[in-house]
Amino acid sequence: MGNEEEYMYTKEHEWVCFEDNVAIVGIAEYAQSALGDITFVELPDVGEDVEQFERLASVESVKAASDIFAPISGKVLEINKKLDAAPELINKSCYDKGWIAKIEPSDLDEKGNLMNAEEYQQFLEGLDT
Amino acid sequence: MELIFEKSASGRKGFQLPKSDVDIQADIPAAYIRKTECLLPEVSELDVVRHFTQLSKLNFSVDGNFYPLGSCTMKYNPKFTEQAAAIKGFADLHPLLPQLDNSLVQGALEVLYHMDRLLSEITGMDDFTMQPLAGAHGELTGVMIIAAYHRLKGNKKTHIIIPDSAHGTNPASAAIAGYEIVTIPTDDKGALDFQKLKGLVNTQTAGLMLTCPDTLGLFNPDIDKITELIHAVDGLVYYDGANLNALLGRARPGDLGFDVIHVNLHKTFATPHGGGGPGAGPVGVKRKLSHLLPISRVVKNADNTYALNYNYPDSIGYVASFYGNFGVILKAYAYILMLGKEGLRNVSDHAVLNASYMMAKLKDYYQIAYDRRCMHECVFSAMRQEAQGVHAVDIAKFLIDKGMHPPTIYFPLIVKEAIMIEPTETESKESMDQFIAAMIEAAQLAEKDPKSFKQYPKTMPITRPDEVKAAKEIHCNFFAKR
Repeated sequence: MGNEEEYMYTKEHEWVCFEDNVAIVGIAEYAQSALGDITFVELPDVGEDVEQFERLASVESVKAASDIFAPISGKVLEINKKLDAAPELINKSCYDKGWIAKIEPSDLDEKGNLMNAEEYQQFLEGLDT
Repeated sequence: MELIFEKSASGRKGFQLPKSDVDIQADIPAAYIRKTECLLPEVSELDVVRHFTQLSKLNFSVDGNFYPLGSCTMKYNPKFTEQAAAIKGFADLHPLLPQLDNSLVQGALEVLYHMDRLLSEITGMDDFTMQPLAGAHGELTGVMIIAAYHRLKGNKKTHIIIPDSAHGTNPASAAIAGYEIVTIPTDDKGALDFQKLKGLVNTQTAGLMLTCPDTLGLFNPDIDKITELIHAVDGLVYYDGANLNALLGRARPGDLGFDVIHVNLHKTFATPHGGGGPGAGPVGVKRKLSHLLPISRVVKNADNTYALNYNYPDSIGYVASFYGNFGVILKAYAYILMLGKEGLRNVSDHAVLNASYMMAKLKDYYQIAYDRRCMHECVFSAMRQEAQGVHAVDIAKFLIDKGMHPPTIYFPLIVKEAIMIEPTETESKESMDQFIAAMIEAAQLAEKDPKSFKQYPKTMPITRPDEVKAAKEIHCNFFAKR
């Protein structure tokens, strides 16, 4: 996958990167760390239509269960089946091997609702004050 | 410790049956006769006694240890209530007896009827059902009553509003009853964000589910405005009774504008809780909803006898078999009668005083989630310790070695590294001081030697289980080692 600097982010700590007009989605380091050890990932179905900022998947950790929201609207093209057997990939490699789904975006203008890496960094700094 | 199956020795037993004087196999069809040995442990009576006595020694219980599990109200269960439940006339009742002859169960029906009246008086509601078998079961019953109310009136309602600090069972119950969940955030004072709520309430709002005081242990000063706002769109307001211990004898949910309530007898009214249970989650309603309560309901006849009435055509129907966890209801009934009005008020006064004491003593060592006067529980955050690499879970494990059950951690979800302490009214100042000393020791150790935390607990049979592995690879086979 690409460079984290080029990823885009949501306020709910999902990331998305675009490769050949396919959106690859996962959760950011902040979310991974806050959740703690992840024990289960409920993945969407391939072919499912998702809306931006609506539920895409959910994860359970030793602390809590949380929804993962789609950073962009579109059709789910592929899911990371490895997470079924190895949900800890999200803890170990949230920006790469722990990706969750690939989405065919239906409206690339929605990128305007996301933060770039620099904006997200500022957003994170604002959270802990 | 060995499983009881591992203690099994072929042919060993702890019983003797008299020789049968009839041919017992004669009437059993061949298909039902077992072809293989039945897998039961073969042990002597002493083996059984030792096994379960040892198991019970491993149990961490409120009878043995301080147990400040926030949001769970793990108060001491006074033993006289066990005596009430053991009275032969109650303990030996067959649940079908009322169907046979009401005159044989007048005492039990009277208990159910009076418990309905007592809970109504305590909570400011009009009628109760005793049937729900636990808090979450009560929630589902309550939301089904809300749904039935709207259905009968022809109201088009789609969603229920729930704060982000709520127990997870609230959205689960509302979803099972067919509603969409709308989440309302918490404001910077730790209360439901009233301005946001105003924007979310519309004619489609079926109701609002609230815990009061909320799961941060804080009372919402806007509560009357909130219930008014929901009633203005013909919505109903649900009271999650998890925190009723804070209000007993001081405020009544019915007077605050709530329409439906569940009460956790195993929290507020001192019946056994947790794995020991079973629980009971009676549901109370305002008069306009009484006709929707589950059946059966106990009624008092003109001649002062009691009967079960099934004739409520609008009722949501049966939610449990028979009449609820009768033994649990009986214990709670005994508790209420023994304490009386003044006693119940003392309960909430001391529950709030004890939590306030904890908060005052620990606030210099742990960050307070929302610095307001707390009710019956207080919520800290271990963020100051987290900066040293010590998490709430590490502090919890440390406390186990001090002989104390850890407080609730990581709930409410909106507080990072949450540590939620509920001492309850039954703890003495001395036992609270021991806990406070242990918490202060943990905070100081987090500064001096944060790495040492990973070794706790050192005194338990199991120290740090691999929680991910435990969640992913469950082995529940008693016979695995046979």
